[in-house]
Amino acid sequence: MRHARGPAPGTASLHRVSTPSFRGTSDYIASADLQAAVNVAVSLERPLLVRGEPGTGKTLLAEAVAEALGMRLITWPVKSTTRAQDGLYVYDTVQRLYDSQFGEGDPADVAKYIRLGQLGESFAAGERVVLVIDEVDKADLEFPNDLLWELDRMSFHIPETGETVAANHRPVVIITSNAEKELPDAFLRRCVFHYIAFPDPGQMEQIVRVHHPGVEERLLEAAMEGFYLLRELDGLQKRPSTSELVDWVQALAVGGVDPGKIVDELPFMGVVLKKQADLDIARRHMAVRARRAAMQRER
Amino acid sequence: MFAGLFTALRDEGVPVALDEWLMLHDALERDLHDSTLSGFYLMSRAVLVKDESHYDGFDVAFARYFSGIEPADDAVDDRVWKWLHENPRFLHISEDQRARLDAMREQTDFDELLEKLKEKLESQEEEHHGGSEHIGTGGTSPFGHSGYHPGGIRIGGEGRWRSAVQTAGERRWRELRTDHEIGARDFGVALRKLRSLSTRLGGPATELDVEGTIRETADHAGQLRLSFRRPRRNTVRVLLMLDIGGSMDEHIMLLDRLFTAMHQASHFRDLQVRFFHNCVYDRVYSGPDLHPRRSESTLHLLAQLDPDYKLVMVGDACMAPTELLVPGGAIDYQYMNEEPGAQWLERLEQHFERAAWLNPHPQRWWETIHGAYTLGIVRQIMPMFELSVDGLDRAVGWLMARR
Ligand SMILES: Nc1ncnc2c1ncn2[C@@H]1O[C@H](COP(=O)(O)OP(=O)(O)OP(=O)(O)O)[C@@H](O)[C@H]1O
Ligand SMILES: [Mg+2]
Repeated sequence: MRHARGPAPGTASLHRVSTPSFRGTSDYIASADLQAAVNVAVSLERPLLVRGEPGTGKTLLAEAVAEALGMRLITWPVKSTTRAQDGLYVYDTVQRLYDSQFGEGDPADVAKYIRLGQLGESFAAGERVVLVIDEVDKADLEFPNDLLWELDRMSFHIPETGETVAANHRPVVIITSNAEKELPDAFLRRCVFHYIAFPDPGQMEQIVRVHHPGVEERLLEAAMEGFYLLRELDGLQKRPSTSELVDWVQALAVGGVDPGKIVDELPFMGVVLKKQADLDIARRHMAVRARRAAMQRER
Repeated sequence: MFAGLFTALRDEGVPVALDEWLMLHDALERDLHDSTLSGFYLMSRAVLVKDESHYDGFDVAFARYFSGIEPADDAVDDRVWKWLHENPRFLHISEDQRARLDAMREQTDFDELLEKLKEKLESQEEEHHGGSEHIGTGGTSPFGHSGYHPGGIRIGGEGRWRSAVQTAGERRWRELRTDHEIGARDFGVALRKLRSLSTRLGGPATELDVEGTIRETADHAGQLRLSFRRPRRNTVRVLLMLDIGGSMDEHIMLLDRLFTAMHQASHFRDLQVRFFHNCVYDRVYSGPDLHPRRSESTLHLLAQLDPDYKLVMVGDACMAPTELLVPGGAIDYQYMNEEPGAQWLERLEQHFERAAWLNPHPQRWWETIHGAYTLGIVRQIMPMFELSVDGLDRAVGWLMARR
């Protein structure tokens, strides 16, 4: 295919200059893959769908993108009862009924009873903003489909007032999800997608350092080893994530634990594993380890 | 452009829709890949692949399509890379030249470009500087680096010894594939689709019912009457029946994961679990130890459960034909089963509006496995799906479909 629809000659370089670029922030470590996905989504003005297990920094990503691009962040947290309509606008009929009943305010002014939702707000904003639709998989399967039209056109109509809310600046839309394959194909086709893999030890170290800049080397090293050991235990109900490690390092540092003992004793384990059943698994593992070590010594 | 990549992706079972393909070209035109192959790798994956279980298929296709063009490390003529790396000669071009080159970009056919590059790499006998045809640094050839050629592909340079093709060749995402057996991922996600929200269930009415409020208010001559309704909840109820012991032992980990996922999927309105060995007969067990004291009459169970329960049977369906077809054929019953197992399965299937059988054996074995005969019969009684993420996904689709 020829570049039939390409930019006019000479504009290509301009394009390159004007393309905003996300590289992570001082508080947020973004892999090269993630950076690429964000930049592609921002440039193409497509929603970015990020998926990954809990605690892999999906929600934090939206904050980081807003910070890095110098845009305001609007957060739309999704719950199981959230409907697409809630994000557009809410017509407060109850207030209007009250007002008409008790003669307060001016019930004839319908616009007064229209309240924009987060999506509406992000369209109506005077500048380009970042909108995060957080945990989209919590809602009905129909939810994303119901948003297709508005996300494509970046506008919607309010029949009550005859008004149309349209975006002058298409917001940067970031959609997060914990689950795979939850979303309808028609929706997926319109998104740029990135899967945040669980950080490998190298990335993890960077992330922990961001949160604890002065952390003692030996402590960090031991905490990392202990953390990955716990995370890989068989049969865990909830595998610990980044935030648990960050908290654990904090606890270990504050507790003044001897780094040499961290891997053997796994102190403050409750900070890493939150479920009783998981703690039991870890304790059983430690007991087995201790028994093996004792047998070794005897030999 | 890149028709070969498109086909390679298809061959690997990575679905790519036309919109996505167009999006890729849009991105290419804006040079979002920064004219590098590794940039192109990340960009095309972000635009074309919407599910991490296809990342591996994407890598395979990408490596296959491009490895003919950008040879992997050992196959690369090392001299070319080294020479490119060590001889960065920067090119300053005039505005006029730049405009001409940008115009050229309009006509750049990426496929052609790559084909040419491939030929170049094969035919290049000696190092080459400048000029506009061969690979080198500081020229206007579309190949090589540090030169200015919009729409060109950068190879080497900036210490980029690791190529996109190598990255793709590492198959880092293999574990996330869902088409073969289940790896580290569990079934929770597929199970989340087992839901159907409705307001008709019990619970406190906490949601304002606008229409109801209007109706009530009108009925009371305009005196405001607020009306509330119950929030929407999942109405799906599940009866899970697990084959336990014997030939199922080898699948214990898989069953364990399914079981855990089922329990964690706390959103069901009700989840009933029963156990059996090989086939269901007069009695089913409430514990995996199949202790008779904790068993109940199958008929009694059916009488208690509404037909809208989704029946999920899990078992390998591999047994002696007598266990399925002959009265008294049950494998470990102290007493005689009056009716053959198949009849009990039919009874179950008929009682419930929707039933599915999950088989831990991969579907490709079903025809030839030891026990294929009974498996085939069970399959005719109930729709059977393999117990993989994809299979469970399909089973859930079947269970949720309207009758
Ligand atoms: N790349 C990162 N850089 C810095 N901190 C990170 C990063 N990833 C995770 N974290 C840490 O992990 C915590 C959890 O991140 P966040 O809440 O964004 O995860 P999430 O993916 O949205 O999880 P959930 O699915 O549970 O909502 C953050 O508060 C931060 O401390
Ligand atoms: Mg989050």
